[in-house]
Amino acid sequence: MATETHGVNWHQECLYDAGGAKGMPQLCTDWMPNQVFWLAVALVVLFVILSRIALPRIGAVLAERKGTITNDLAAAEELKLKALEAEKAYNEALATARTEAAKIIAAAKADIQKDLDQATAKADAEITARVTESEAKIAEIRAGAEEAVQAVAKDTAKELVSALGGAADARSVTAAINARLKG
Amino acid sequence: MAAESTTAEGASGFAIHPMDQFVVKPLFGDGPVNWYTPTNVTLWMGVAIIAIFALFVLATRHRGIIPTRMQSIAEVFYGFIHNMVEEVAGHDGVKYFPYVMTLFLFILLSNLLGLLPMSFTTTSHVAVTASLAMLVFLGVTLIGVARKGLGFFSMFWVSSAPLALRPILAVIEIISYIMRPVSHSIRLAGNLLAGHAVLKVFAGFASMAIISPLAIAGAVGIYALEVLVAFVQAYVFTILTCVYLKDAVGDAHH
Repeated sequence: MATETHGVNWHQECLYDAGGAKGMPQLCTDWMPNQVFWLAVALVVLFVILSRIALPRIGAVLAERKGTITNDLAAAEELKLKALEAEKAYNEALATARTEAAKIIAAAKADIQKDLDQATAKADAEITARVTESEAKIAEIRAGAEEAVQAVAKDTAKELVSALGGAADARSVTAAINARLKG
Repeated sequence: MAAESTTAEGASGFAIHPMDQFVVKPLFGDGPVNWYTPTNVTLWMGVAIIAIFALFVLATRHRGIIPTRMQSIAEVFYGFIHNMVEEVAGHDGVKYFPYVMTLFLFILLSNLLGLLPMSFTTTSHVAVTASLAMLVFLGVTLIGVARKGLGFFSMFWVSSAPLALRPILAVIEIISYIMRPVSHSIRLAGNLLAGHAVLKVFAGFASMAIISPLAIAGAVGIYALEVLVAFVQAYVFTILTCVYLKDAVGDAHH
């Protein structure tokens, strides 16, 4: 290896000439300043990158996202309330419509009932009139019939009396017949 | 580069070098590793930063209310760590969120990139994790003193314990406080070091024909475990940071 060509071997303490580690490289004090120096550089660079660029950016993104989500949730809540309101309004409208329909139905029913009652009354009146009329007619007919029967009976009785040879005056015959008919 | 330097010895016979993957090497030439030398540490930390940049800056450039897939991933990490800081460290800890996020992403990406074949795991080195842990330790202590003054140290004086026990408890509390960065850093580096070394050992045994199926199956299993460990250790390091932060920013008594 190249190390053998050096007049002074700088790695003497920690390395074999072939380049292998002598003992634990972790305990080699020759390398420690180098490690600590570069660690310091690395940490400073990393800290600057993180604290100046990366972390504020990610923090802002997360905050923005949180804000967006909160806003969206609020908007959703609002829309939900609106939907509930709309549903309420719909239900109210439905109830109103139902009541109105019931009213209209009741009014229609009342109208029909009125018409019906009127018609019924009219019909009743007509029927009554007809009945009266008919009864009058019947009475008339009956009266006519009675008169006819009386007349026929008188005539028949007169004829029968005369045929049997009796002489009958009209007044007594009529009286007898009337008495008979009543009895 | 890594393969070349190890084959010289490996050619002579069967040999596994599980620790060679942790060697720090200059990127250019073969000189000494000075503190400023660009090395594989530089390279893989740079790759981690590029990956984080791609995920957190390029993928979020549309700032979409409806995120793209990559933006979602970035947001998931953001939300995950942000919640962790808020819940564990308390509301006052949230302003330290960028620091915690930096630590988490750096460790997570370093752990994950270390699982790529031929890569270098920067977080498997105690020097790196101890620096991170000391950063947390010093940061938390300074924040605590700045916010509460000397009252910050009253947390070592357990007022709910009997008076006689308090000095002893104070000693224990102080020792445990000082040991925090040790456990904090060794946990992370140790997990990754052990996992990668075991993986390398299994991979080494795969060259022996008789046991290679077993070794390969083992390597696959360990690899899956290591992916889990990469996430879990990044998580553990971060949540412990938040727990420590709570001492500094939270209510005084616990």
